[in-house]
Amino acid sequence: MAELATPADKRRLATLLSPAYLWLTLAVFLPLSAMLFFSFVTDLPQDAPDWAFTLENYGKFLENPVYGKLLWKSLKLAATVTLFCILIGYPCALVLARVIKGRAREVLFLLVILPFWSNSLVRIFSWAIVLRGNGILERTLEAILPWDIRLNLMFTTNAVVIGLVHSYLPYVILTSYLALQAIDDDIIDAARSMGAGKLTILRRLLLPLSLPGLLAGAVLVFVPVVGSFMEPRILGGRVGTYFGTVIEDQFVAVYNWPLGAALSFVLLAVVLLIFALTSPILRKAQT
Amino acid sequence: MSSVEISNVTKTFGKARALNDVTITFEDGGFFALLGPSGSGKTTLLRTIAGFSFPDSGTIRIGERNVETIPVEKRDIGMMFQNYALFPNMSVADNVGFGLRVRKVGAAEEKRRIGEALELVQLGQFANRMPHQLSGGQRQRVALARAIVTNPKVLLLDEPLSALDKTLRVDMQIELKRIQREIGITTIFVTHDQEEALTLSDRIGILRDGRLVQVGPPREVYDRPNSAFSAEFLGETNWLPEAVLPGLSLPGGGEGFRFAVRPEALGLSATRPEGVNALEARLEQRVFAGAMATCIVTVQGQPWKLIARDRDLPELPANAPVWVSWAPEDTVAVPA
Repeated sequence: MAELATPADKRRLATLLSPAYLWLTLAVFLPLSAMLFFSFVTDLPQDAPDWAFTLENYGKFLENPVYGKLLWKSLKLAATVTLFCILIGYPCALVLARVIKGRAREVLFLLVILPFWSNSLVRIFSWAIVLRGNGILERTLEAILPWDIRLNLMFTTNAVVIGLVHSYLPYVILTSYLALQAIDDDIIDAARSMGAGKLTILRRLLLPLSLPGLLAGAVLVFVPVVGSFMEPRILGGRVGTYFGTVIEDQFVAVYNWPLGAALSFVLLAVVLLIFALTSPILRKAQT
Repeated sequence: MSSVEISNVTKTFGKARALNDVTITFEDGGFFALLGPSGSGKTTLLRTIAGFSFPDSGTIRIGERNVETIPVEKRDIGMMFQNYALFPNMSVADNVGFGLRVRKVGAAEEKRRIGEALELVQLGQFANRMPHQLSGGQRQRVALARAIVTNPKVLLLDEPLSALDKTLRVDMQIELKRIQREIGITTIFVTHDQEEALTLSDRIGILRDGRLVQVGPPREVYDRPNSAFSAEFLGETNWLPEAVLPGLSLPGGGEGFRFAVRPEALGLSATRPEGVNALEARLEQRVFAGAMATCIVTVQGQPWKLIARDRDLPELPANAPVWVSWAPEDTVAVPA
């Protein structure tokens, strides 16, 4: 196509694409550039007339080991949440796509999506009510079990993981469902006619053929969870300090925008680096 | 290799009766075609033999074993699907070797048998290709190799050639027949293409509304259909109008029968020929198609079709009064 484009075609193409590019410039490029600029200054230009360019914000990340530790903690959290989302979400998608048919599928699908449509803050506070000491979960268990229960879930890493898994589970279910549902029934029938049992079909056909969807879902979970701050803050309490909460503090509490911006770009760089390193492995797994 | 015996099999889906008291035997080593319009139950019958669905009543025997309650994984069948259903994530060799791997035959044995199967379908040098790198005909061959590599008791083909274009289809028909003869496997295939059924099979079963209407060798079913449905479904038929019957020499007396003539049994002439059945007609149209020609004539107001070698037809103007004639033994009689 591109080789055949005449100058008139190119002009038309530019005209047609300009709204999209304009939107991308306004919504993505300009704010990101502003943040990148902030990350290299000593102070915000509108606040301090004596601002200057500096690398100090990035230097702080390297000097103070706390930031590195928190970033590592955030990455571990994201890995844990992604793992649980896959372990719970993929079997759900499998059952939805390959076992349940007709109306029941639509109803279950709606139930998967429904929490997704509710406000995330409401969702997390609901979890707080369920998980807190003498909350809904403990009372229910006490009513069922004869002995005393002290789960002590609230304000722990476990609570943060539970809240995040619940919030991000639909991503894995949706992407895996789409990939699984696209697999031709005849392929499964063919495998069965050759004597393959359910486990063989899952391992050699369903899993490899739906892997792109599963990986897409995993990425959609991993990236936002690394930078999450709301769920750790509410459900984690004292232990809920992560890289994301530190960044948030810089913007809303400490009002140190340059440091917040620098830490955000460190996070972005680390996430991109992880994908760059894993992409050859992922690409190999897909073929 | 085994014979397949179906006895009194009935299968219903909700209220619809997909198979209605079907009894049929597929002999060991035979090439059997199940023919019928869509919705006639032919695919249901094939899937019931395969073990994807189970009959409500009746028995199915493959070889010495009753299999009607055994699921497909344990029936030891080979099946080829309409769209080939190759595994897109595996190479040709892995596709063919899938069933062997499931049976745990061992790496060396697996490799040897994959090679043999690919040689048989003449795809030896394509072992490492991926399915999307193959042409339609090559995929077809891979699907066939994959279906027979485990030496199944019976080979089931679901509309095996319908996705190929005409020339390739004819090549594959010959190829399929050759391979089936070579390994002598009992083969049952479903098709709605009557030409394919006639070319490939040594026995044909015609299905209608879940019932088996007629079973027999292709020539017998074609020449002596036992019902108007069989006659019309297999080949083309020109029905004789009631009014002309008294003047003709017909097989079996004539009471309680309907009579028809196949288009290729008819001759066309300007004058009435002697010693054969002949009817007055009007030539409507003559369509030249190389070696053969098709004529549409009107007999007693009914359109009839006539197929003959073009050089055997006399030059006649359109709308000319003509005689159509046929040998009395070429008359097809079916119970009315």
